[in-house]
Amino acid sequence: MKIPYYPGCSLKSTAKHFEVSAIAVAKELGIEFVEIPRWNCCGVVSSLTEDDIIHHVGPIRNFVRVLDMNENGLLDNEKRLLTLCSMCFNTLKRSNLRVKEKPDDLDVINDFMYQEKDYDGSVEVVHFLEILQKIGFDKVKEKVKKNLENIKVAAYYGCMLIRPKEIGIDDPEIPAIFENLIQSLGAEPVDWRSKIRCCGSYLTLNNKDTVIDIAYDILTDAQKNGADLIITSCPLCAFNLDNRQKDIKNKYPGFIEIPVLYFTQLMALTFGLEEKQRGLDLNYINFYNLLNKKVLSK
Amino acid sequence: MPGKIVINDKTIAFLEKIIELSGETITLCDQCGTCSGGCPVIHEMDITPSQMMHKVQLGQEDVLESKTMWLCASCNTCTVRCPRGLDVAKVAEALRQVKLRQSIDNVDLNSIPKEDLRELPPIAIIAANRKMIS
Repeated sequence: MKIPYYPGCSLKSTAKHFEVSAIAVAKELGIEFVEIPRWNCCGVVSSLTEDDIIHHVGPIRNFVRVLDMNENGLLDNEKRLLTLCSMCFNTLKRSNLRVKEKPDDLDVINDFMYQEKDYDGSVEVVHFLEILQKIGFDKVKEKVKKNLENIKVAAYYGCMLIRPKEIGIDDPEIPAIFENLIQSLGAEPVDWRSKIRCCGSYLTLNNKDTVIDIAYDILTDAQKNGADLIITSCPLCAFNLDNRQKDIKNKYPGFIEIPVLYFTQLMALTFGLEEKQRGLDLNYINFYNLLNKKVLSK
Repeated sequence: MPGKIVINDKTIAFLEKIIELSGETITLCDQCGTCSGGCPVIHEMDITPSQMMHKVQLGQEDVLESKTMWLCASCNTCTVRCPRGLDVAKVAEALRQVKLRQSIDNVDLNSIPKEDLRELPPIAIIAANRKMIS
């Protein structure tokens, strides 16, 4: 199956290990990501004011690229646009919903991009987790070669995958899609309160201390519930929960590190893929220390 | 909060502007406090999200001087929980926009350490620019 893929900026920089591992596990499952040519920034955050139409042009232009790909034979009638980054997913999907609900806005945007072909609202923005759910977690299970039975995994959803309701891929209060994936990988999902709590997002730029406190709460909540590691699908959550552990250790001396992985890295690990396809050397907190500890204690 | 509540053309115009920008019928808010109860950054705010809503209902423009709207990261927890179906995150965005459209920034990028800028994921920097810099 070939599917158009929108990477976004972070997947090409700080979250390279997310992209590498996602492409590798998708290949194992018979899915080929076809990166959309000339993709542009989604804008990261969705414009929430009624009169602000210009910021929806970026997302819509990417949808036009998907139409182009179908027209020039790169794809065979595949209008699902696959995303990995939770923020891209949310922003693209919100713009798509807006122009579907407000055809007048779509007219304005199409007029603005008058040298492009008109967007007709036919693209569907999907997250990789939804594709996995669709092909079936039992199919994912068939690919598992390495047993992670004694590893407890806390799934961190954050905000952008599940809120608002009309955008989310699962229940906004009690999501379960990550836990289903974890089970199919043979690991044990952890039940914890903070899985849908915001990590502080971009406040990490100018309110670093606030984010350090929030991340500390989230990480210690996972630990109190027995988690060995945390998985996520957002490069900003990953930064706040993984890289900010350096600052957390300075502020809270008793804090013990916990690895934070992209869910695709955990998949690559259980699928028995090579290190370069797992990208585990790019995570801030070393996962192998944990794995060795677990294996040695058995 | 002591003081007389004043309703005049100016306060009504402010309320109407925020309703127009946010697309939310802000007068529907009945001050139940659910948005404040679930807000993950409330401990850093000077007024709670429900107080922010109340001030907008009364057309009190000094709500624009509060830190609250800048601390809202549009996580949408309040949005999915509001029993009146209001999108409080959109109201915070409308308030930010009133400032940003006057070229009043909330962040000076020059004040962010270079080392941080090098480490941060691009989505953090772009999001902060979109939300806090005109």
